[in-house]
Amino acid sequence: MEKFEKLTAVAAPLPLVNVDTDMIIPARFLKTIKRTGLGKSLFYTLRFDEQGKERPDFVLNKPAYKAAQILVTGNNFGCGSSREHAPWALADYGIKVVIAPDFADIFYNNSFKNGILLIKLPQEDVDKLMEDAERGANATVTVDLENQEITGPDGGVIKFDIDPFKKHCLLNGLDDIGLTMQKQDAIKTYEEKHKAEQPWL
Amino acid sequence: MSAPRTLYDKIWDAHVVEESEDGTALLYIDRHIVHEVTSPQAFEGLRESGRKVLHPEMTLAVPDHNVPTSDRIKGIDDEESRIQVETLVKNCKDFGVELFGMDDIRQGICHVIGPEQGFTLPGTTLICGDSHTATHGAFGALAFGVGTSEVEHVLATQTMIQRKSKNMRVTVNGALPLGCTAKDMILAIIGKIGTAGGTGCVIEFAGEAIRSLSMEGRMTVCNMTIEGGARAGLIAPDETTFDYLKGRPMSPKAGMWETAVAYWKTLASDDGATYDIEVTLDASEIVPQVTWGTSPEDVVPITGAVPNPANEPDENRRAKMQRSLEYMGLEAGTAMRDIRIDRAFIGSCTNSRIEDMRAAAAVAQKAIEKGRHVADTVEAMVVPGSGLVKEQAEAEGLDKIFIEAGFDWREPGCSMCLAMNADKLQPGERCASTSNRNFEGRQGPGGRTHLVSPAMAAAAAIAGHLADVRDLD
Repeated sequence: MEKFEKLTAVAAPLPLVNVDTDMIIPARFLKTIKRTGLGKSLFYTLRFDEQGKERPDFVLNKPAYKAAQILVTGNNFGCGSSREHAPWALADYGIKVVIAPDFADIFYNNSFKNGILLIKLPQEDVDKLMEDAERGANATVTVDLENQEITGPDGGVIKFDIDPFKKHCLLNGLDDIGLTMQKQDAIKTYEEKHKAEQPWL
Repeated sequence: MSAPRTLYDKIWDAHVVEESEDGTALLYIDRHIVHEVTSPQAFEGLRESGRKVLHPEMTLAVPDHNVPTSDRIKGIDDEESRIQVETLVKNCKDFGVELFGMDDIRQGICHVIGPEQGFTLPGTTLICGDSHTATHGAFGALAFGVGTSEVEHVLATQTMIQRKSKNMRVTVNGALPLGCTAKDMILAIIGKIGTAGGTGCVIEFAGEAIRSLSMEGRMTVCNMTIEGGARAGLIAPDETTFDYLKGRPMSPKAGMWETAVAYWKTLASDDGATYDIEVTLDASEIVPQVTWGTSPEDVVPITGAVPNPANEPDENRRAKMQRSLEYMGLEAGTAMRDIRIDRAFIGSCTNSRIEDMRAAAAVAQKAIEKGRHVADTVEAMVVPGSGLVKEQAEAEGLDKIFIEAGFDWREPGCSMCLAMNADKLQPGERCASTSNRNFEGRQGPGGRTHLVSPAMAAAAAIAGHLADVRDLD
């Protein structure tokens, strides 16, 4: 997994609540056996019309936001399906940070496993960043994971909370399967006890 | 004496391999169901790192999302879908995982076949790369939907890394009125708590109305827990659960059965156990439910009307409502019963079990007796949840009723719930659907979904518009 330490980038505003995983990537684009190449289908219905042409009014199609790597959005982003294709599409497109009041649980987990930092902030902080993001390419935002700080275009600093384990994995780009496999003995010991307690399994 | 514990606390405690000081736990997983859409990249990851499946015997695989529901003998036309299914077959062979292939009578939707086989058992932890894994909580199994990275993690280690969620209890008192089903109950619950109401929680469903439900009904309720934002739903196992499981192919066998039941009986939440969030509903007040918008929380009674965004005080929610109405092609104030439909879909992991088939067939039978059938303007399809559900329905003659009433009787699979196979809505088409999500484009680009119970979907198919199933009597 790619490390995440610090990023300064354009933030794109997507002021919608309950953005679901079908909006992030519709099911018809899940027929792949690879993790890569999904960026072109990100937000497909919002980004493209029925003829497959870009919708000029969608934020990521506007010239000022073409290079956006941060997304500021509404509550419950990523609700719905467990498809990891949603964070794969975001990552493949180049989005590295998403900021919202809250995220759906499964999407939250999936994103961190793909090097995407999700930041939960109080609504008023999200509103402030949303306003900053509306200012387009002149408004870059800096996200510093080590210090858990977001610096807005005017230099204002917002602190954020994050699960320490997730932070550690992201800062070091750790693959957690490798970490768990180091605990084989503990798993084996557990299995023996579990088998004795529930022998029908 | 130890503090009173909830059902969730008990299953959690029994599965912690180790827990670090910050609360991150390594949780043991007893059961894993794999399907073709979210697993190829996980198996590829194992191959790339030279890892194997730690416990193939705890893993069961089935193709469901992509499979055709007609002319199955011809195979899969769509190349990408075919490759996904073939990849699953190859991966199962290479890694020694049992597979119910497309030509196996046991094939079906992953959340239908697990319980049907007795693979899903009380007190176990179960995961699948599908958000509707919450379904299995109906048996008192702690069941989570996970992404592909976690699928790979469980394949390699039989564990997952997790923090404990909050305990939430939804108590449904009283009895459901005639014409109302488990589907109406869960839609009413989601309408009440909202689509993010259970975020960060495991929801235990309790109360007289939940206890009165069959296993099929309980599965419908737990299935849509994720639509209320919670990763898992749970119902304490009881005699209904044990009766359902006894004699299933993978259930504990005689001798072991009694030991297992004795353990399962200890799982119910202790008296005095506490919950972080409590919600209570009265089942007797529930009216058949139908969604009007593009989120499962956008729900009203069938006797109601499309709500007016102007009455919504919150600006963000108002904007979302406006967008939903535009997408759905609806005007505020329209009576739900006046909304015409083009399609009806009876199926999905929410409502494709034998009881659902019977409920829809009963409505179809009533229509036949009155000389009616599916409206000329409506195309209606019934997709059983598994080969075994299909076989049982046919043994009961339900297929003949459906066909006589003008419904299309199909092969098992996920079908038009998410439109990954050939079954999909055309842009602008409106569907009464027994599935779980009315998101934009969920049933096909531009398609418009109204979530309802199987009986309500059948009633709408016959009426040609959304209809109150109680009006048929």
